[in-house]
Formats: sequence, structure tokens, C-alpha cells
Amino acid sequence: MIDKSDIDKLSSLARIAVSPDEKEALSGEIDAILSYVSQIKGASSGAGGEGVLAHTNVLREDTHPHETGIFTEAILKEAPAVKNGFIYVKKILPL
Amino acid sequence: MIDLSSFSISKAYNLLAAGEISAVEITRAYIGQIEKKDRETHAYLEVFEDALAQAERAQKKIEKGEASFLTGIPFAIKDNILIKGRRVGAGSKILENFTAPYDATAIKKLKDQGAVFLGRTNMDEFAMGASTENSAYGPTKNPFDASRVPGGSSGGSAAAVAMNGALVALGSDTGGSIRQPASFCGCIGLKPTYGAVSRHGLISMASSFDQIGPITKTVGDTEIVFDAIKGIDFMDSTSCYVEASKKALTTFRVGVPRKLLEIDGMHPDVRKNFEESLQKFRSLGFEIKDIDLPTTTHALAVYYIIVPAEVSSNLARFDGVKYGFKKEGKDLLEDYLLTRREGFGSEVRRRIMLGTYVLSAGYYDSYYGKANAVRSLIKADFNRVLADVDVVVTPTTPTPAFLLGEKVNDPLAMYLADVFTVPANIAGLPAISLPSGFSESDGVKLPLGIQCVGRAFEEKTLFQVGKQFLGE
Repeated sequence: MIDKSDIDKLSSLARIAVSPDEKEALSGEIDAILSYVSQIKGASSGAGGEGVLAHTNVLREDTHPHETGIFTEAILKEAPAVKNGFIYVKKILPL
Repeated sequence: MIDLSSFSISKAYNLLAAGEISAVEITRAYIGQIEKKDRETHAYLEVFEDALAQAERAQKKIEKGEASFLTGIPFAIKDNILIKGRRVGAGSKILENFTAPYDATAIKKLKDQGAVFLGRTNMDEFAMGASTENSAYGPTKNPFDASRVPGGSSGGSAAAVAMNGALVALGSDTGGSIRQPASFCGCIGLKPTYGAVSRHGLISMASSFDQIGPITKTVGDTEIVFDAIKGIDFMDSTSCYVEASKKALTTFRVGVPRKLLEIDGMHPDVRKNFEESLQKFRSLGFEIKDIDLPTTTHALAVYYIIVPAEVSSNLARFDGVKYGFKKEGKDLLEDYLLTRREGFGSEVRRRIMLGTYVLSAGYYDSYYGKANAVRSLIKADFNRVLADVDVVVTPTTPTPAFLLGEKVNDPLAMYLADVFTVPANIAGLPAISLPSGFSESDGVKLPLGIQCVGRAFEEKTLFQVGKQFLGE
């Protein structure tokens, strides 16, 4: 069973604030979904383990970086707060 | 005047090449239709103001003799596929002010051919949903019955094509998001083999499932668009196109997973229509075989563990720092908490939290680990069956289009709309939805569809089966 304290924990891990009246609804909904998906606990998983998608990592040589700064303007343009050419965030450590 | 209801890419191409029509006239005809229909349907979030200018450029290309199949063809593009310099938002408030800094690879390929982008289409927020009701910008209505949903998450793209508001559309499919709306709107929808189409520039939902694909009115058009957008891409390391064998079959072996069809909640018209479709395959000389896919009964459960897990990771980037909507709090942590609470809709928040749960210490092995093990069994099941048959056929959806509001407060009921489409994504296989007839409800005809799942990278087989089934 998922209770309100579980929702508090998930809210903090997922970095999503949850209002008190949402907690009740969310715990019910997540509980219903989890009880549905829990059916797989009883599924035989055989050998398993083998990767599903026949894909391997595709790596490139770590060379030829793009020219410094060519994307900076386009990227900074999307940021909600910018200061002196940097993305601006609030201080984490108190002075 | 063009008859938009029976128009196709090859018809347009021939008329354009013969100079009997111009690209501008074609685009103007579709824009006219959007103006007429979209106030009610709300397929589009934005119609691009420069659509006619794009068509003029395409026309110049045609006049210079540089035309290819897609030159001047009007596309509707789902709101999670990036077109450089244009707004794109995945139907979410959290990206309400975001402008795409680059082109998706699929878009780049269409641009190179001179395709015209009419606008961006409505969708369930971050492609999470089966009705387009989870859009932050209001629902899209089904063009066949405005009291019903168009399906989702690519509901806007399917509705745009169905209402003749675009000749073809691009959608994305993570668990049925192209095929299910195509079925609800009487269109053809293709979910390509995982890796066949580059995901570069597609806003990520669940990266091991997501694929871009076309929604069209003919199988021929689906094939043309798929051929244009497929291929290996340096920008997507999971892209891996393999040319399938070229043996030209004329009759096919069709597998029917009878056990999978024994689910609750299947509409009687869907069952009846499915049997009629099998009869049609028989009359085409196809061999029908009962097959068993025992592990697919767990497909939906596997899907709703792995997808939320990938969602919770992929959507961690939306925190009000680098881009998009931001809600100010008293400190950085509160910025995150409030931005994500107000920027995301309820289904997205629910899936992020669910994904956080199944990935958290103590639950990881029993949910995420186990789901991945069962995922490989489902894949093995399909591979075994597809050695004996060429396609596996099911209805695309267990019901015709449902009513707006019918499932929106019951997430689990909404998830069950994907029961037949999810297995192909889990196994990474190509699947197409073909219009197969209608269900009649209160004098309104609602489209039905059948789905064919094929072997990896054998989209061609799906096109051949589809063309025969639809008499193209």
C-alpha cells in the first residue's frame, strides 16, 4: 500500500511539490497502477537478462570538439534567467 | 479544385510535375480546410504563418526540375518534433516559451526534399496519454464525432489528416501513439522498427520505445514518408537501419494471437470487424494461423513499469533552470519543486512519481529489473512466432473512439486502450494500423482499425500486406 508518507518521499525524490489534497488522490492512483503492474512479479522470467534491443553502444573518438562558444547564444536564449553570459540560479550555500 | 478526401502524395507529385497545379494551390487548399474545420476539431496548436511562403519555395524547386516526391507536400508535425526557429512544446506548459534551436533529423530530411510544414499539432503532454485530453492546451476532437476523442497521444496529427487539414502528418509512437489515433480517425499509422528513424530532435518520453512515424490516408503515402525519414543518423546512436531481404512475396502468412484477444472490455463491433478482416485476408489468399504469444499478457504491465522509469529520468531536465517555464520559490530547491508542480500536468507528474518509485532502492529489482527480464521474453516470443508467420494481426484498439471525459479520471482504464499496441514497442518491431471498417453508434460511424506487426526492419512487408488489404 502506498500511503501519504510514501507520496511525500516520492515528491521529494522527484522534485515535484504535492499539495495536501493531491496526496490522497495520488496515493490511490499510484496504488491502483502498482497493483496492476505487480502481476509481473509472478511472471516467469526464464533466463532473461539478455538485452532486448540488439543495440550496442556507438562511440565516437573523443576528438574534434566544436568551436568554443558557437552554441552559447542559442542555448542561453532559452534560459529563464541569465547573468553575464551564464545561466543564473539561486545560491545553494548560505553565506 | 483538388478533391482533398482522395488526394495522395503520388497524385500531387504527378499533378505538380505536369504543371497542372502549383504547390501554393495545394497548401492554400489545406489551409482553407483548416480554417473551416479546426475551430471545432482543434488539431493544430499553431498554423505556421509562412506556410504559403514555404510552398512558393517548393514551387520554384519544382519549376527548376529539382522536385522529389515530397516537394510541396503539406505536412502537419506533432508538437514534440523540433523545427529550427519554431515554437515546440510537447503539449506542455513547462515548454510554453521554448523555441527549437535545431531541426530534428526527420525534419531535416523533409526540408531537404522541399516539404511544406503547415503547423504543429496537439498531443497529450509529453506524449503521455491515449486521448489528447492531457494536452495543456485543451483537447482535440475526433473529426468523425466531436463528442469523442481522436485518440492519442498523436491525436492532433491524426485528426489533421482525417479532416483533410494536412495531406500527411508526423507523429511519435511510444506505446501506440501513432497507431491508436490513426485507428480512431480512420487513417493509416506506422510505428517503424525501433532505430529505423532517428530520434534526434524528438522530445524524449521513453527513449527505448519512442519512434517517429507517419500518419496518412494511403499505404503508398506511408511508404514514401517512411523511406524519406528512415536511416542511420550520427546524432542518434540507436539508429541502425538494416535493409531487409528483397524477396517479393505476394501472399502472406498471418498469425492471430487468439489468447491475447480474450481480454475484457472488447467492443463487440471490434470483434466482429476483426473476424471480417481475417476473412478478407483469406479471400486474398493469405494463410491464417493461430499463434501463441504467452508472455504478451504481461506486456502492459512491463510497459507501465519501464516507461515511467524512463520518463522520470528523461523529464528530470525540466527544472526551470536551462529552459522553459519557471516558477520562483524561496530557494533553488523550491524553484524546482514549484516549477515542476505547476509546469507539468497531472498524468506527467503521476508517471514521474511512479517511475521514481519503481527505480528507488528496495523496489528496483522487483519492478524495473523484473520488467526488463520479461521484456526480453516478449521479444523472444515474437521472434519465435515471426519465424512461422509474416505478420501478427490484432485489432489496433479494443474499442472505437471513446467519449471525451470517459477515461480521463481513471489512468488505468486509459492505459488499457494501448493493450494491443504496446507489445510491438516492447519488442521494438514495426507495426502498422490499417482502417478496417466502422462501428455504428447512435447513427454516427466510428472508424475501426487492424494492426499488423512484422519482423524487425521489414516495414516493406507491412506495406505490401496493407496495400493488398486496402486494395491499393
